[in-house]
Amino acid sequence: MDRFIQVLVDGWATGSLYGALAVAVVLIYRATGIVNFAQGELAMFSTFIAWGLMQAGLPLGLAVLATLALSFVGGMLIERVIIRPVEGGEVLTLVIVTLGLYILVNSLAGWIWGFGNRAFPSLFGDGSFDVAGAAVPYESIGIVVVLIALVAILFAVFQRTKVGLAMRAVAMNPESSRLHGISVGRTLMIGWGVAALVGALAGVLIAPRLFLDVNFMGAVLIYSFAAATLGGFDSPLGALIGGWIVGIAEGLAGTYVDFIGSDLKILVPLTVILVVLLIRPTGLFGSAEVARA
Amino acid sequence: MSAKRLRPAAWGVVVLLAVLLPFFFNAYRVGQFTQAAALAIAVLGLNLLVGYSGQISLGHGAFFALGAYASAISITDLGVPYLLTLPIAGAVCALAGFLLGLPALRLRGLYLALVTLGVAIATPQIIKRADGLTGGTQGMSLDKITAPAWSGLADDQWLYFVTLAVAALMFVVAGFLVRGRVGRALVAIRDNEIAARTMGVDLARFKIGVFAVSAMYAGVGGALFTISIGFLAPESFPLALSFAFLAAIVVGGLATIGGALFGALFIEFVPVYAADVDEALAGVIYGGVLILFMYLLPGGVMGLVRRISSTKATPRGTDDAQAGAGHRLGGGAADAGAARERVRAQ
Repeated sequence: MDRFIQVLVDGWATGSLYGALAVAVVLIYRATGIVNFAQGELAMFSTFIAWGLMQAGLPLGLAVLATLALSFVGGMLIERVIIRPVEGGEVLTLVIVTLGLYILVNSLAGWIWGFGNRAFPSLFGDGSFDVAGAAVPYESIGIVVVLIALVAILFAVFQRTKVGLAMRAVAMNPESSRLHGISVGRTLMIGWGVAALVGALAGVLIAPRLFLDVNFMGAVLIYSFAAATLGGFDSPLGALIGGWIVGIAEGLAGTYVDFIGSDLKILVPLTVILVVLLIRPTGLFGSAEVARA
Repeated sequence: MSAKRLRPAAWGVVVLLAVLLPFFFNAYRVGQFTQAAALAIAVLGLNLLVGYSGQISLGHGAFFALGAYASAISITDLGVPYLLTLPIAGAVCALAGFLLGLPALRLRGLYLALVTLGVAIATPQIIKRADGLTGGTQGMSLDKITAPAWSGLADDQWLYFVTLAVAALMFVVAGFLVRGRVGRALVAIRDNEIAARTMGVDLARFKIGVFAVSAMYAGVGGALFTISIGFLAPESFPLALSFAFLAAIVVGGLATIGGALFGALFIEFVPVYAADVDEALAGVIYGGVLILFMYLLPGGVMGLVRRISSTKATPRGTDDAQAGAGHRLGGGAADAGAARERVRAQ
């Protein structure tokens, strides 16, 4: 029973992290219809920046804040320079360009920081407390709280602010939005900036649980795709809840299904993606898309 | 000389160069060219799927790995002669491609990319887990293939010519496939599925079929590649391999046959030379090339070759229909992409 609760809590925290990256993926998908395959690598790059800032003497909290700001600007620049020329293009073109970005960012990080791995400190310290005999790390609770707050803020921004309204309008119909005086380009840049910021947050939260190296987000990406698919590709709340389900399912499968163990956990997100896409392609909270020929 | 006659002439030169090549390089280099030829088969297979039929696979490294292991296991455990394992690898992968093609029918564009990406990521783990068959992380070693005495060739030259012959056969078959009814059906599916169906194209048959054929090509390529290297382990088939295949078809030119040659040479030799500068440089080049080609040269090297040869040979580009196939995909926004308007029902 203790073990069961432990698995649940761990899965919940891990799932929140998958959810965090999934939220970043969803933000860009909502705004531009692009699934950004480079999202995880951008988060990895941001995390390395935070690590570099700490090496330069900044305290953890300040380094993370500076990283979030830098990531926001970086995300906007990437949209303007790399994505803008192919925006609205065919799916294949977009997939290839964001995959190119994936490989480019991954290798650049390897070039700059090398391929070794490093420990990354947790924002919430190492302590834990007992719940029904299971040790719950403060970190897990901290991650879950931060993520819920994040989704709440995003929701408020989307529903209650002018920028949020503009972002929803651009996602729905860029042409009409432009006619209404919305700067579509600037709005998309902000969308990518916010996504990069959220990704960076995911990165600095995930890094303490794994080791920081250039490939540490590779596997996380597929879990967060599973989370986004399960939650519905255009719903941030869905992404978070999808992350929780995937995280807990992964923990349970890894612990209680002998065949899966720790080696084949990667099959969990893959199965989730396949099953959801085949049975309910819009996910739990997504909206259906109507194609006009 | 007209473009019509230029094409066979160009292929003639390529074949001549390929045949002469092993007599001018040392065994190590010949081995690399052998691997490039094997890669070319897999790249061509991926291009049939992505370039012609428009179905995105980010996971062809998985089929490559499956073919490699099918061949290696047949050789070591069953004692099958090396070359007879090629059809085995091909058949196993065709079956796997058929099975993955079934769900792919319902998954379009992005979603298919997601699923195949997942398959590519899971591949090394699955190989490790099936250690009873695959030797797990230890990997498997194969004895080098030996040249028969009558050939008078060194071992590496013999393997090169065998690989070259198989590759040539696969290229010719693919060429006939895409120039005929099948090719037209695939391109029609890519450019407008609804119109294709209206014209009587059996979508399911062609989409699953091209998946199986594409996987078969990747499997045969993987088998030959592994025979040439002589060793295989889970780490031989990382996610980066699937990405390299994608880079290869973009460099060579989407929806081209000859492009696979350029693409394969690119992914065989760029890492070799890039590694001298920095371990990470090959990736930087791959990533940069993927992005830049989509902007500047969406038809890849073949697109460039065709543009040059058609402006010289036929002033008012009668050959444009063919040159256009590659550009279509990259130039996107103008035609098919814009025609399919996205509306959200909210």
